[in-house]
Amino acid sequence: MAKVLVVTSGKGGVGKTTTTAALGAALAQGGSSVCVVDFDVGLRNLDLIMGAERRVVYDLINVVNGDAKLPQALIKDKRLDTLHLLPASQTRDKDALTDEGVSRVMDELREKFDWVICDSPAGIERGAQLAMRHADVAVVVTNPEVSSVRDSDRIIGLLDSKTVRAEKGETVDKHLILTRYDPARADRGDMLKTEDVLEILSIPLLAIIPESQEVLKASNVGCPVTLNNPLCAPARAYADAARRLKGETVPMAMPTERKSFLDKIFMRRAA
Amino acid sequence: MTLRNIFGKRSSSAVARERLQLILAHERAETGRPDLVITLREEILEVIAKHVSVERDKVKITLDRGEGVSTLGVDIELPLSSAKKLTAEKEKKAA
Repeated sequence: MAKVLVVTSGKGGVGKTTTTAALGAALAQGGSSVCVVDFDVGLRNLDLIMGAERRVVYDLINVVNGDAKLPQALIKDKRLDTLHLLPASQTRDKDALTDEGVSRVMDELREKFDWVICDSPAGIERGAQLAMRHADVAVVVTNPEVSSVRDSDRIIGLLDSKTVRAEKGETVDKHLILTRYDPARADRGDMLKTEDVLEILSIPLLAIIPESQEVLKASNVGCPVTLNNPLCAPARAYADAARRLKGETVPMAMPTERKSFLDKIFMRRAA
Repeated sequence: MTLRNIFGKRSSSAVARERLQLILAHERAETGRPDLVITLREEILEVIAKHVSVERDKVKITLDRGEGVSTLGVDIELPLSSAKKLTAEKEKKAA
């Protein structure tokens, strides 16, 4: 039974695309067949984060309009056979996506894959609403920062009203991924704590992704962080999140970078 | 726990948390009626315009979202001429 998951946040720059790529790769590594779909029409970036930017021929809008068949537009990942990407269009704008067309493509994706992961554009407008429309599961990506938490609250409201599931009187299964978390700053009282964000948003926690240089390093080379350096703290946190999504019970530990003795001496202030 | 906490200064994260809780309580209550303030302003102005001529840019609307209660302030400058008209009307009615 295929599951459609939307990665959404309201606010931009909090880590939706990083999360989409990392979760997609982690789920595919676990043996599931996965398609990551970029809904950010006009500002596509998932192709770049996945390292597939040079192989884009057709995109979501071509498939929605019937200019290309779905298998023609799907890009198979070079590292994982079970991971595929459906890129967004870079030139057209989001109005080119029709409700019926998106609906048809999502049905077709459901038949082919175990997981369909939709990377939502920022904002709460039509593009974001189309990305979440067919979701069974939602991952809300939030930074421990006031504007991000407020926007996440708006998005949670939309998930409860503007999705196919909500309209049928069912619910979308919502999860929180807290990104760019710095336990030391939270302990000092300079950053919202996990408990604060959870209490305010009242949705269950899927993962805490610590602030880490590894995320930028992975995006520099176009490789999901879970594949680029599987042992680094954010990769381990995303891998645990993927296992939880599959229904496994994984204890929630605050992942920390493993530093050598010399690192600790010479790199005390490294993030 | 840091020295700052011991000396009673609240951490910035505690402030962030309280600000969020307050604004979100209001925003959640307003879902479906995000234009409440605009509706109130228009209707209040309509009622007043029946009696005095009101200059739109002389109307100040303030809103303070507090804990448990919000206050809506409508500050309208009544020009002397229209105030006179109002008293005249009242006198006419009384007569």
